[in-house]
Amino acid sequence: MDLLLSALDILMRWDVALALLVGSIGGVLIGAIPGVGPAVAIAILLPATFSMDPIVGLTVLLGIYGSSMYGGSIPAILINTPGTAVNALTTYDGYPMTARGEPKRALSLAYSSSFFGGIFSVLCLILFAPVLAKVAPMFGSREIFLAALLGILLVIVAHRGQSLIAGALACFGIFLQTIGMEPVKYSQRYTFDQPFLQGGINLIVVVLGLFALSQAFVLLTSEDEKIRTTRLRGGGLFQGLRELARHPRVATVSASFGVLMGMIPGVGEFTAQFMSYTYAQRSSKRPQDFGRGSSEGLIAAETSNNAVPAAAMVPLLALGIPGEALTAMMLSVFYVHNVVPGPGLFQNDMDFVVALYLALLILNVLVLVFLLFATKSLIQVVKIPNRFLGVCILALSFVGVYSLRNSATDCVLAAVFGVVGYILKRLSLPSVPIILGMVLGGIMEVKLRAGMARVKSPLDMIDRPVAFILFLIIIAVLVMHIRRVWLDRRELKEAEWQFKRRSTSFGAMLLRRRSSFLMERGKLVRARRLEWFRRLTGLF
Amino acid sequence: MATERERRFVGPRRGQLIFALGFVALSLLLLSQIGTQTIWANKTKFFAQPRFWPGVGLGGMVVLGGLHLYRLPWRRFTASDRAEVIRWAQVLEYTLWFLVYVLIVPVIGYLLSTLIFVPALTWRMGYRRPLILWASVVFALAVVVLFKTFLSVKIPGGLIYDYLPGALRSFFILYL
Repeated sequence: MDLLLSALDILMRWDVALALLVGSIGGVLIGAIPGVGPAVAIAILLPATFSMDPIVGLTVLLGIYGSSMYGGSIPAILINTPGTAVNALTTYDGYPMTARGEPKRALSLAYSSSFFGGIFSVLCLILFAPVLAKVAPMFGSREIFLAALLGILLVIVAHRGQSLIAGALACFGIFLQTIGMEPVKYSQRYTFDQPFLQGGINLIVVVLGLFALSQAFVLLTSEDEKIRTTRLRGGGLFQGLRELARHPRVATVSASFGVLMGMIPGVGEFTAQFMSYTYAQRSSKRPQDFGRGSSEGLIAAETSNNAVPAAAMVPLLALGIPGEALTAMMLSVFYVHNVVPGPGLFQNDMDFVVALYLALLILNVLVLVFLLFATKSLIQVVKIPNRFLGVCILALSFVGVYSLRNSATDCVLAAVFGVVGYILKRLSLPSVPIILGMVLGGIMEVKLRAGMARVKSPLDMIDRPVAFILFLIIIAVLVMHIRRVWLDRRELKEAEWQFKRRSTSFGAMLLRRRSSFLMERGKLVRARRLEWFRRLTGLF
Repeated sequence: MATERERRFVGPRRGQLIFALGFVALSLLLLSQIGTQTIWANKTKFFAQPRFWPGVGLGGMVVLGGLHLYRLPWRRFTASDRAEVIRWAQVLEYTLWFLVYVLIVPVIGYLLSTLIFVPALTWRMGYRRPLILWASVVFALAVVVLFKTFLSVKIPGGLIYDYLPGALRSFFILYL
């Protein structure tokens, strides 16, 4: 109780209240505009938050992160275009509802589900905080190194079908963070005697280039789309809360998936949504409705993605390890204010952590109230032309980069990374591994050096229980990934064989076709069931 | 007809081979410089060597990038690759716009340069409707007021502000 009161005391300030309001409304607006997204907004606003108190700056950024998904559901439901990437699954059941004349019902259900997901996750984490406070001190240098390594591995293996290039890009990130003066022996690394490289490459410059500038380039080189919005009809905006109450099981399980997946670095919203949606479909009495405007499908998608932001703060606050790009950006806010997230924060500043969670709680309420009354006017932002949006992002990116150090060189570097990010986007390659490689690479370097200083042999690294468990998880992730790659390869070989035109010896044919013959029926059934999975992976 | 391997590839074909080749070439070039660009410190543990982490990063880039290149289902450049490179090059125009904007801010000030940059680029993008053009002016003004005046982000005043009279000069340097 004392903890809650002291946390509330931190929040009882006019600037925090303003940050909550700006974060929530700004986040909804940003989410509602397809093509912007929270990553772009956070990257641009990051330097502006450096002059604020940590709690104020983090509240704005968390507000944008948490509320953008609410806003993202509006274009997903009304025009079949997700406002943010994580709202892609919302289009599956949201848009069919609009098509059959129930846009208000769909929006209301999406808001209510998002609200439930957000509140559920925050409450879980507030209750879970004392446990975390006990577990976090068990993480020393070795454990944090292993957790960071696990985070990088998970990010790499999460990019199915692209894990090789995702790994290469993560290594590129690790390399980038090594450029400049090395802090132990004070030697230069890859500076090529250039003064501008001696201070290293700033993470925010890379983030702004890869996320904001590249997105501006994408929009500037694209065509404007003619968007026709639907008139809001088909039920009241409050009916979603009642409808949500009829599906407590789907909502709770989906929110739980969101919390669990959010806490694991590198996994995040997509996996949580996929698992929730699959669960909702399998356990539904009307699985055939999924993809045709099923309320359960919409609840699963929206509840799980909104449960992630609060949970994603756990590895960041408890261990100082960001699990994805947005929390990686937030890490820099901590560093700027000399607040070191990690076990110490949970032990000494627990009220700060709880205050952040309470801010998220209040934020969800604010967003819901705002959306219930302002949806009609908000729909208009969807109509902003793409290329004009690109111009705006380019102008805003300048503020982000230039205000860091008033350095034109930073702007040139950001522009270079903008072009790299544009190329990656054009090729559908991920840019998140670069950011996480930079952040986690830096953490790994420091923690490995500190950890190895206290051990005699490399095996001593895993002689503590938490370190050993983390090591086992790393091995398990690697084994599972290798197994999946092998299975994919076998499936590919079988599929290739079926289209093979050259003659084959009968014995070899029987040998190769054995599993294919046996599994033909099974494949048909699985293909039917996996339809959603394919459409989902196709989207991302 | 596309092969099964091509069909299963995540992402479009255009530009993949060029990107993969460029990435591996850059990685190899950087790795070849590791001897001159990093040092090997005496009496220092292997994991604490200044060369260790650049080695890990570049080694990973070469090995994983090389494997990605090897696993690509395509071995020849096509017309679509060439068209893709031209598309990448088109972005350079906007990069130039951005850099010109960066260079003029310290000279003519943040307010004026933004009021020129945003509407000019909007015009360049082909918008002629007065509504959009006015929106661009309002947006430019709003950005300056929000970031420089209210959030006090660190953007220096322009050189031309020196020609303004005393009080106005300070106001412009601080807030615009």
